[in-house]
Amino acid sequence: MNQPLSDIHALSGAYAVDALDDTERAEFELHLAECAACRAEVASFHETAALVAETETVTPPDSLRQGVLAGISRIRPLPPETPETPETPVTSGPADELAVRRRRLPALLVAAAAVVLIAFGAVLWHPWQHDRTASIAGQVLQASDAVRITEPVPGGGELTLVRSASLDKAVLVGRDVPDAPDGKTYQMWLQKPGEAMVSAGLMPHADEPTVLDGEAATASAAAVSIEPADGSDHPSKDVVAVFPLKPDQSGNDAR
Amino acid sequence: MSHLRPVPSGPPSEEGGSDAAHLADLLRRSARGDEAAFAEWYDATSARAFGLAVRVLRDRAQAEEVTQEAYLDCWRQAARFDAGKGSALSWLLTIVHRKAVDRVRSAEASTRRDTAYGRRDQDVPHDVTAEAATASIEARRVRAALGDLTTKQREAVQLAFLGGYTHTEVATMLDLPIGTAKTRIRDGLIRMRDALGVGEVAQA
Repeated sequence: MNQPLSDIHALSGAYAVDALDDTERAEFELHLAECAACRAEVASFHETAALVAETETVTPPDSLRQGVLAGISRIRPLPPETPETPETPVTSGPADELAVRRRRLPALLVAAAAVVLIAFGAVLWHPWQHDRTASIAGQVLQASDAVRITEPVPGGGELTLVRSASLDKAVLVGRDVPDAPDGKTYQMWLQKPGEAMVSAGLMPHADEPTVLDGEAATASAAAVSIEPADGSDHPSKDVVAVFPLKPDQSGNDAR
Repeated sequence: MSHLRPVPSGPPSEEGGSDAAHLADLLRRSARGDEAAFAEWYDATSARAFGLAVRVLRDRAQAEEVTQEAYLDCWRQAARFDAGKGSALSWLLTIVHRKAVDRVRSAEASTRRDTAYGRRDQDVPHDVTAEAATASIEARRVRAALGDLTTKQREAVQLAFLGGYTHTEVATMLDLPIGTAKTRIRDGLIRMRDALGVGEVAQA
């Protein structure tokens, strides 16, 4: 799953036809931010794919037209993006919703959210223009020493932990993981050898890459559990995934 | 990419030139809240959008939901469309495709696909409209270009784009070594792009 850097250009075709898994997609979009050749190639593939769709036309029922036209009458079109606000990421929701999230979320989660918006925004149209700074999550996903562990989740889907010892950070990426039950949330944990699990923050949206709080390089395990919405001090018995890690003895010296 | 001829406004082909400009204009008007322009945009593009969703999802009810979501996103985001970066049609179909693939890969849908997998093959369930589309000049060109690919390239492109499978899944389905399907997909797209004369899209 981890692409050597020299190989990442080869993902352009699979990216253009949505044939990458979520982690690869996030990695490739970070690459796109820096690679004009890939951006041009992906755009040309989108045009080509649009022509392929020409061979698959099916007239939709009138009810769909009615539904769409009734829907738009209740939706306000978003304003154009203005170049004066370079920090505005492309978002699938209203901009003010993002502002609220920004105020509410700790810095690390905002960094993760930026990647999420790049990776999972409902409408993606060259989003990389707006977010050239690789976030922490992006740096971890692209780190040369990144180690990945994927565990199935009992309720469905899977969670992948990506850890970079040199960056001392870890990121969790879910795929097809259902939301936590009502009133509950996913909480992330890190454990050092011989110590108890310590909270590494909440993961409100399991399908969004989320950076774990805390020092990941020296951890011997990471875990995810289902907890009350405000989180817990200690993990409940409802652990959905455990990721055994090899503590990096050099610790932060590897930086 | 220097061998590609530049196409400033991003129309996919000579035939579609004025058509593409008209579609882009409809989107621009939609961004200003012009519902009549959006209705025209819908009428001009919905058979392609819905056909693509049906092809990926194989389920008309889900395809209708995905297509409706995509059009509502289009309306909301119309101001973000930039004709300098691609055609309006590919913008729409990229949104439709992403939504269809996301849907098909959700846990619930994958169960359905797993059970349906045995009877899947390369044949498209054509309905009358799809048959009619084969008569269009553009569709014939595309079919010819698909026909000029190697078998593995064609299968890889079709399974990925129309089947909604990941390149890893495609590799397994085609008995290719993992990691080579992505190359077939890219090679196939390059060959088709060049055969169809798709111009390089200007980048900001």
